[in-house]
Amino acid sequence: MERFLQVVVDGIADGSVYAALALALVLIFRSTGVVNFAQGEMAMFSTFVAWALADAGVPLLLAVLGALAFAFAAGMVVERVLIRPVEGGNPLSLVIVTLGLFIVVNSAAGWIWGFNIKEFPALFPGGVAEIGNVSLSIESLGIIAVLLVVVGLLWLLFTKTPIGLSMRAAAQSPSSARLVGIPVGRMFMLGWGLASLLGALAGVLVAHRLFLDTNLMAGVLVYSFAGAALGGFDSPIGAVVGSWIIGVTEALAGTYIDVIGSDLKVLVPLGIIFVVLLVRPSGLFGSPEVTRA
Amino acid sequence: MSLVRITAGSRAHLALRAGVALIVAIVVIAIPFNSNPSVNGNLTLVMSYAVASMGLGLLVGYAGQISLGQGAFFAIGAYAAAAMLAKTGLPYLLALPVAAAVTFAIGLAFGIPAVRLRGLYLALVTLALAVAVGPVIKRAEPITGGVSGLSAPQPPVPGWLAVDPDQWLYLLSLVVTALMLLLAANLTRGSLGRALVAIRDGERAARTSGVHVSRTKALLFAVAGAYAGVGGGLFTYAQGFVAPESFTLLLSFTFLGAVVVGGLGTVIGSVLGALFVVFVPQYAGDVSQALTGVIYGCTLIAVVYLLPGGAAGLLRRLRRLLVDVVEPAPAVPEPESSPPPPEAQRGVHDAVPTSDPAPAGGDPAARGLRP
Repeated sequence: MERFLQVVVDGIADGSVYAALALALVLIFRSTGVVNFAQGEMAMFSTFVAWALADAGVPLLLAVLGALAFAFAAGMVVERVLIRPVEGGNPLSLVIVTLGLFIVVNSAAGWIWGFNIKEFPALFPGGVAEIGNVSLSIESLGIIAVLLVVVGLLWLLFTKTPIGLSMRAAAQSPSSARLVGIPVGRMFMLGWGLASLLGALAGVLVAHRLFLDTNLMAGVLVYSFAGAALGGFDSPIGAVVGSWIIGVTEALAGTYIDVIGSDLKVLVPLGIIFVVLLVRPSGLFGSPEVTRA
Repeated sequence: MSLVRITAGSRAHLALRAGVALIVAIVVIAIPFNSNPSVNGNLTLVMSYAVASMGLGLLVGYAGQISLGQGAFFAIGAYAAAAMLAKTGLPYLLALPVAAAVTFAIGLAFGIPAVRLRGLYLALVTLALAVAVGPVIKRAEPITGGVSGLSAPQPPVPGWLAVDPDQWLYLLSLVVTALMLLLAANLTRGSLGRALVAIRDGERAARTSGVHVSRTKALLFAVAGAYAGVGGGLFTYAQGFVAPESFTLLLSFTFLGAVVVGGLGTVIGSVLGALFVVFVPQYAGDVSQALTGVIYGCTLIAVVYLLPGGAAGLLRRLRRLLVDVVEPAPAVPEPESSPPPPEAQRGVHDAVPTSDPAPAGGDPAARGLRP
């Protein structure tokens, strides 16, 4: 039973990392209708920025904050420069642009920092917290706590502040929002910046566990896609819950089902989203697609 | 604008097409005898990619469905061919039908449920397929050789032909690619093609006119899979060795890139796109090893901005500078409608693919893809 709880908490911690990136995907999808395949690579690049700052002697917390600021700015620039010209056009063009960005960012990171694996400093103290007779890793608990705080902040931003309201309006109906004087383009830039920041957060949270190299986020991105699809691609709550489900089932299947082991555990979440999407194509929390003939 | 103006379906038009086809045929047959083995090897690789991209092009360009799983089918086809070549004594030419049959069956089994999903969700589910295939290959060691890969004997040069092995592989791939190209062109012009375009442009209208939408889509998904399977088989011929590292997630992206760069809704575009995705990274590597990906990725993005119709659209525009193909003047309809003479009918059909001003896959495809 203790072991089971540990596996579940570790799974939720992994799921929280996926959730941060899944929230980024959902944020961008809701505002600009783009599935950003480069989200993970942008996060990886920002994580490298944090590593480089820390390596240069900047205190870790400041380095992370600096990387988040960098990610925010970079996300806005990407929206303005790369996405805006093809926005609202052929979705396939957008897919190709983000795939191109994926390749560019990945290669640029390798060019700047090399392809060797780097050790990323731990954000949380090592060791375990004893609760009853269950020992839980402090890192896992810390990651979960960070995600919960972030979700709370996002909720405050989108429900309690004028700027959050404007962003939602711009996402829901760009033309109506423009009519009431909301700078829609700037809101989209803001959305991309915010998403990039969330991705960078996922990167720095997971980099200590996975070690840092240019392929840091490739696996995480797939799980985040699975989590977002499971929860419904337009639902932030769905993205978090979906990612947690993915994280926990992955951890449980890897631990308890011998045939699956650590190499095939990727199949479990993928199998789940396949079944869920067939039964409920809009995901668990997503709004069903409505089309007008 | 253009120098010459000819009527679609006229004798001059047919002669022009036959002439262009002849010149292209002579050039592609002459290439392997005038270039070094490494170029021939690369071109053989291009052809295996081109066949897989052709199948994906049918799916994306004609049915408006984004699939990221083409790399998985390519891998399955390559392994099916390699396993057959390595473990049975069957003639090597059978490897391609075997690879096609395996991927067609898997494509159908996967496609029947998957085609119910639209746009983004289909992309995600097929992405799952692309991710899953690597670990499964590594695990299925008795068939696939696991991480260490699987060697397969390459097609031997027949005794009656005095060519080098690299030239033989090139020519063999060329014949297969040409056959698959003709097949795809026929598919898009036949009843399946018309049903697909009807589905892409308006699913409900298509259903009303008697098109069985889900069956057609599932069938197309399987056909696209079979194309990837044949491409994978050619890959095995060309490499003589398959290992999991050859079939990364990036491969699926590569095929999609080839389709878009080549031009949506055109069959020939996949060949041009495959040339792009094989050679641009190589030339980029010559310019700067470290910046290969940066150059390749930027070129990919630039093509989307600057050439929305892809390479095939560019070719069409260039051709229009020289020769303008106009539709024949419409015949005056007779009061009692009698079936038009066969000549006129053929003329109209020929006119469709050549004189369409916008590439068929441009915006209409977009509508079908919106999630």
